[in-house]
Amino acid sequence: MKFTPSKPTRYFLQAINYSVFMALVWYFSAAPSIRILADDQAMITIAFAHAGEVREPCRRLTQEELAELALNMRQTEECPRQRSPVVIKATLDNKIIYDVSLDPPGLFEDGGVDVYYSGRIPAGKHMFAIKMNDSVREPEFNHRFKREIEVEPGQIVLVRFDLENGFTTQ
Amino acid sequence: MSWSGRLVRVNPVKRAYLTLESWFNVSFGTEWNPLYHLGTLSFFLFWVILVSGIYLFIPFHGSLTGAYQSVEYMTHEQWYIGGVMRSMHRYASDAVVVTVLLHMFKEFASGRYRGFRWFSWVTGVPTLWLIITLGITGYWLVWDELAQYVAIGSAKLMDALPLISNAMTRNFVAGEMTDRFFILIEFLHLLGQPLILLFMLWIHVKRLSGVEIYPPRGLAMGTFFALLALSLAKPAVSHGPADLAVMPHTLNIDWFYLNVYPLLDSWTAEKTWMLTTGVTFLLMIMPWLPPAKSAPKAVVDLNNCNGCGLCFDDCPFDAITVQNRTDGARYEHEVVVDPSLCGSCGICAGSCPASNPFRSAKTTLKTGIDMPQFSVDEMRARTIQTIDSMNQSPKILIFGCEHGLDTEQFSDPGTRSITLICSGMLPPTLVEYALKKGADGVFVSGCRHNDCFFRFGNRWTRKRFSGERNPILRARADRQRILIQGAAEPDRGEIQESLEQFRAKLERLDRMRKDGAVESDKKAVDEIHAQ
Repeated sequence: MKFTPSKPTRYFLQAINYSVFMALVWYFSAAPSIRILADDQAMITIAFAHAGEVREPCRRLTQEELAELALNMRQTEECPRQRSPVVIKATLDNKIIYDVSLDPPGLFEDGGVDVYYSGRIPAGKHMFAIKMNDSVREPEFNHRFKREIEVEPGQIVLVRFDLENGFTTQ
Repeated sequence: MSWSGRLVRVNPVKRAYLTLESWFNVSFGTEWNPLYHLGTLSFFLFWVILVSGIYLFIPFHGSLTGAYQSVEYMTHEQWYIGGVMRSMHRYASDAVVVTVLLHMFKEFASGRYRGFRWFSWVTGVPTLWLIITLGITGYWLVWDELAQYVAIGSAKLMDALPLISNAMTRNFVAGEMTDRFFILIEFLHLLGQPLILLFMLWIHVKRLSGVEIYPPRGLAMGTFFALLALSLAKPAVSHGPADLAVMPHTLNIDWFYLNVYPLLDSWTAEKTWMLTTGVTFLLMIMPWLPPAKSAPKAVVDLNNCNGCGLCFDDCPFDAITVQNRTDGARYEHEVVVDPSLCGSCGICAGSCPASNPFRSAKTTLKTGIDMPQFSVDEMRARTIQTIDSMNQSPKILIFGCEHGLDTEQFSDPGTRSITLICSGMLPPTLVEYALKKGADGVFVSGCRHNDCFFRFGNRWTRKRFSGERNPILRARADRQRILIQGAAEPDRGEIQESLEQFRAKLERLDRMRKDGAVESDKKAVDEIHAQ
């Protein structure tokens, strides 16, 4: 049998329905919360842009080579555009946390690379080290950095690099 | 079972949904039932979002340093208007995700996403994603810890796309984000995305006619006051200000919009993209899983069409157009059916004045527009045949529909049913004809009121019967012997009861007729309006 409630009852039932709907909207608009970091955790982030060295240095053209070129194309030096990959190895308390070789982007492999790493670490004192090789002509890592860092819970340690200052943390 | 077998068998998902609908019908009535107005309710929530958003834009400071403070000012100092507007903006945005998802689920559960409806479904999926991204950019603008989390997560997702380098994420975490970028996000949220959304919504309803964008006033008011009450009771608040040197330990995220971001903590951005694009792809191809069988489309017979345009007015899918006459007949216009848009509902056949069973009594009944799979002539023949098959008085002829309650389950010696494609394909004169040919009563069922599978079938039927829409049920038809009541599978008991009451009423009428008394027709007309 069809239940047809009176008008006040209908309004009361509607109020219940609206309340349930709004409770649902309210709850899921901010809950359940998510845990990003444990209470004793922090983060370390390595983020910078860097272009590797060109693979080969500029070279003076020989007289024979110049003679083969059109008059308006006779530049005395030829500079290859291709850049070296950027190889990075980072350790925290002697454990490798980031080990990567980034090839230069672009059709002619002449672009700079964007370095990005982010990871959770325990808060407290750590020995952080990072080394980078940005030239195929260098047999070893040619940029090095090692420092004891003290990290507060929730802190993001940002590791950056630029040619003027080398690696820095903040 | 109908002549063609029931197209839609009631699966458990649909049954559960229909039961929920029943509950809302009790509390809201069929006119205000929010489940019958999910599309218009979503539009209404957009209005709330738009108006509150315009207000929030006025005191909002669009810069990295000023955004957070201006939002805090609105939330706490100006809580009575700015705070309420912010909360309405937030909660209406969340509510719209619920209504849109329910809208999708309803169309899925009711099978209203396949065949000729593929276009609305396929255009609806990216519209949902656009709504989600609109919410995401909204969260950026607060520039609190949550905004920072969302910004970095979004940057990771963008960086994972082919041809885009890691620059975006690096810019954020290295503190290289500028006011210019922030203003770009602000522009996207305030103008770019809403305009695209408006365009997508227009595309989404492009293949429908008589599109409604306003919910019933009572439902709109109820929703508005519910949002207002929630905004006052639980105002939306920010997290702490964004600080790229600090990561918050916990975040209260909005699961309606930001549910993908926690995945980025354990998954790679590439994996997250694969999941989201995979789900999108699956949703997009659903109308063809498996492909729906295409029913024959409506056919126009120019020899019987005078170009009156009633079928054009009644077609729910914009499949009929009126054009100048091409056959040299004396009428000015003719109608044309676009088969790619036709839903094969037959509502046009019910609206055609030529679908009058009193015409061509001795020959085939030809009408202006007809359904090849169940012609008006066949309807007439089935009507006579079905009335003749009953051997107990009062004889009740039921016209049901394929998508509502299966009315053939009520068959007994005094009750027989004819299942139509849609109740809207029933010409009103056929009811009059049935009463003249020996039926004591005619019961017209179909989908639940306001929930027609073909959008307007049962609505037009009611209006035709109550004289509000052509072709009308003529005054000479005895209204006391006609009952209209839409129903779905869970309403079986209710319909059974209505049938028993109808039968008792017909018996009473027969007794009164024998006694020479006549009840007022007005009361019966009022009953039709009230149902």
